[in-house]
Amino acid sequence: MKSISKRFGATIALDNVELNIERGEVHALVGENGSGKSTLMRILSGAIRADSGSITLNGQPYSPKNPMEARKLGIAMIYQELSLCPHLSTAENVLLGMEFQNFGIIDRKESRKRTQEALKLLGITDLDVDAPVSELPIATRQLVEIARAVALKSDVVVLDEPTSSLTQADVEKLFGVVNTLREKGTAVIYISHFLDEIKRICDHMTVLRDGVNVGAAKVSDVDTDTIVSMMVGRKIDTIYPRSVRTPTDVVVEITGLHGMTKPENANLKLRKGEVVGIAGLNGSGRTELVRCLFGLDAVKSGKIRVGKFEGFAKPATRWSEGVGMLSEDRKLEGLALTMTIADNLTLTKLPSIVSNAKQLEDAELWVKNLGVKCRTPLQPIGDLSGGNQQKVAIARLLYHDVDVLLLDEPTRGIDVGSKESIYQLIDQLALQGKAILMVSSYLPELLGTCDRIAVMHKGILGETRAVADTDAEQIIREAAGA
Amino acid sequence: MKNFLKSSGIYNLLGLVVAWMGIFAFFWWKAPPNFHSLDNFKTMARQDTIVAIATLGMTCIIICGGIDLSVGSVVAFVTVIIAALLQAHMSPWVSLLLGVGAGGAWGLFNGILITRLKVVPFIVTLGTYLLVRGAAKGLAHNRTIDSPASWLNDLTSQPTDHDAWRILPTGVWITIIGAIAVALMLKRTRFGRHIVAVGSNEQAARLCGVPVERVKLGVYCLAGLLVGLAGLMQYSRLTLGDPTAADGLELKVIAAVVIGGASLNGGQGSIFGSLLGAWIMTTISTGCSQMGLDNWVEQMVTGGIIVISVAIDRLRVRKD
Repeated sequence: MKSISKRFGATIALDNVELNIERGEVHALVGENGSGKSTLMRILSGAIRADSGSITLNGQPYSPKNPMEARKLGIAMIYQELSLCPHLSTAENVLLGMEFQNFGIIDRKESRKRTQEALKLLGITDLDVDAPVSELPIATRQLVEIARAVALKSDVVVLDEPTSSLTQADVEKLFGVVNTLREKGTAVIYISHFLDEIKRICDHMTVLRDGVNVGAAKVSDVDTDTIVSMMVGRKIDTIYPRSVRTPTDVVVEITGLHGMTKPENANLKLRKGEVVGIAGLNGSGRTELVRCLFGLDAVKSGKIRVGKFEGFAKPATRWSEGVGMLSEDRKLEGLALTMTIADNLTLTKLPSIVSNAKQLEDAELWVKNLGVKCRTPLQPIGDLSGGNQQKVAIARLLYHDVDVLLLDEPTRGIDVGSKESIYQLIDQLALQGKAILMVSSYLPELLGTCDRIAVMHKGILGETRAVADTDAEQIIREAAGA
Repeated sequence: MKNFLKSSGIYNLLGLVVAWMGIFAFFWWKAPPNFHSLDNFKTMARQDTIVAIATLGMTCIIICGGIDLSVGSVVAFVTVIIAALLQAHMSPWVSLLLGVGAGGAWGLFNGILITRLKVVPFIVTLGTYLLVRGAAKGLAHNRTIDSPASWLNDLTSQPTDHDAWRILPTGVWITIIGAIAVALMLKRTRFGRHIVAVGSNEQAARLCGVPVERVKLGVYCLAGLLVGLAGLMQYSRLTLGDPTAADGLELKVIAAVVIGGASLNGGQGSIFGSLLGAWIMTTISTGCSQMGLDNWVEQMVTGGIIVISVAIDRLRVRKD
């Protein structure tokens, strides 16, 4: 891939990016969230097209119109969220879209044979190819996807965070399969945040940061520290306002909290007038921690104290205790998109008899306070831009007048202007004595807005450190478990 | 008022009124002259009551993201209960309350199965659709149950000279008052807003501390009571208990709600829209029968109206 560039509106996602991969090579693609890795892979797999630049595949120019064409030309993508049909059998999944038919009837014997062949190439012989995929453990399902790539005779296999949900033993099995692919002469692109895995399995690496190449090297020539400093290497912008804050009493105290799977034994104290950040990779259990605290996920054991209230509670109780939560997923959980701005804003605190005039008055006040751009608070919230929707979702917590704000990815998927106003708002709220717990995948914003930061890695929450005592490199290293 | 006009709901209602006027104009032109008489209007209102009252409950259920296929069976069950109680020399008031209460109980039963077993409403109410119909037949020993005449029979009858002050049958008044009450409940009470929130985005509602399970239970219970009332009207029309009555009523009711602009994905719908939907269907069926057209014509026209109304709604949404 040569001088690939891609813009989304005003943001430059990729700027003249190069990526060269040879046959029989496992190539690591490394970078923080938002560095442009997924955009590059979406271009490779035909999901989107580059604005400029060119790709050659086996010496031929390659520009797929859609994912189907890319697949036919030999590019196989294997994503974090598996794309198998759980009700179909392994054989049916492996050959989906390229079934062997005789007069319109699937040749089951031939299908079974081809599937077993593909699996055998990966060193798997003990799999019942007629059993539904839903009966297989998650790690085996991933192997089925790779078998699909083999059956398609793909030249390039892209593995996107393949180990994030695997146990150590399954990781070993996967590495065995990756080695087999390498020996067969397949090019493997390996995307992972876990640097130790990259050290172990990859031959070459390309590092992206903010949409540009910042380094390419033979993996055996570099150490973890070099990789980390290549990934970070940027200064924190000045858009983060931070007033002098004086934290007072502890309002939330979590002791030895275990969720059903995550978190494990989490301890955390949150004071009035401070912002505490939780860093970590996706799936490390950050969101689960907040959800356990707010009563959305079940808790196995541990202690939670909110103000003078002890114990676990449902969301309704948490709201009444003065705790509010902002969901990481605005569309799925954060907002009711078909309802109006006013309805969304006031949903947590409705009187038995709702007065439209009062509701409108409240909504108008908060829409004005937070500068939400809308025609009227009575229009459906689905009409607004992401940034304005997010402002309403946050305004809900302010309207409820909570003392503790749990903000899960408060700036995900919104424009820079809205981000800045949300940072300012967080600072003001901390000054007013509110306690704020903020989860984010974007390190600069955590370093810029928080007073203290804790890192989560595979369900385990590290100790909280003052921002002055830590830096991006240390956090990345802890999040990656290196 | 200005804000009310700005909301998109009003265009939906206006569209339905225009559609109805078109259909009405067609029958005015084609049907016998007594079609547009005041008396015919009263007849239509009277025929509309059963579907209309059941529609009130179904609208709440569909807005909440659910569905209820057991409506027709519960109506039949209620007629059997009322007739059997009257036959056993119970007072009409007691029979009425127990009959409507039986409807509420079936609603509660649906609600409990849906919230406790976490089975989708379609499957649960498909089960109760058969279960309740069977229970009604068993209770009535597969026959109709005759019952002594009482004032319950007059609920859906036209006012006579000595009580002309009623203008419309009592049942129609009950429908109108019930509609206003349920519409106000949906718009102006916390419970009502919670119903819309659960249908619009259940997870967001849970995040905001809405007691999702209790809201669903409440909706099915309320709808059950309203179906009980519809059963009372059905009894009043038949003046006997009939376990085979109201066959397929649930589909008519769902059709009315859908024509009225509700989305089967939940979060969207209006009481007055659904009532207009029911009214449009009643107009078509009355018009067709007065023109002497066969039942198949009416069915095809109603089916066409459903498809067209949903298509228009989709187009409107896409335009936005």
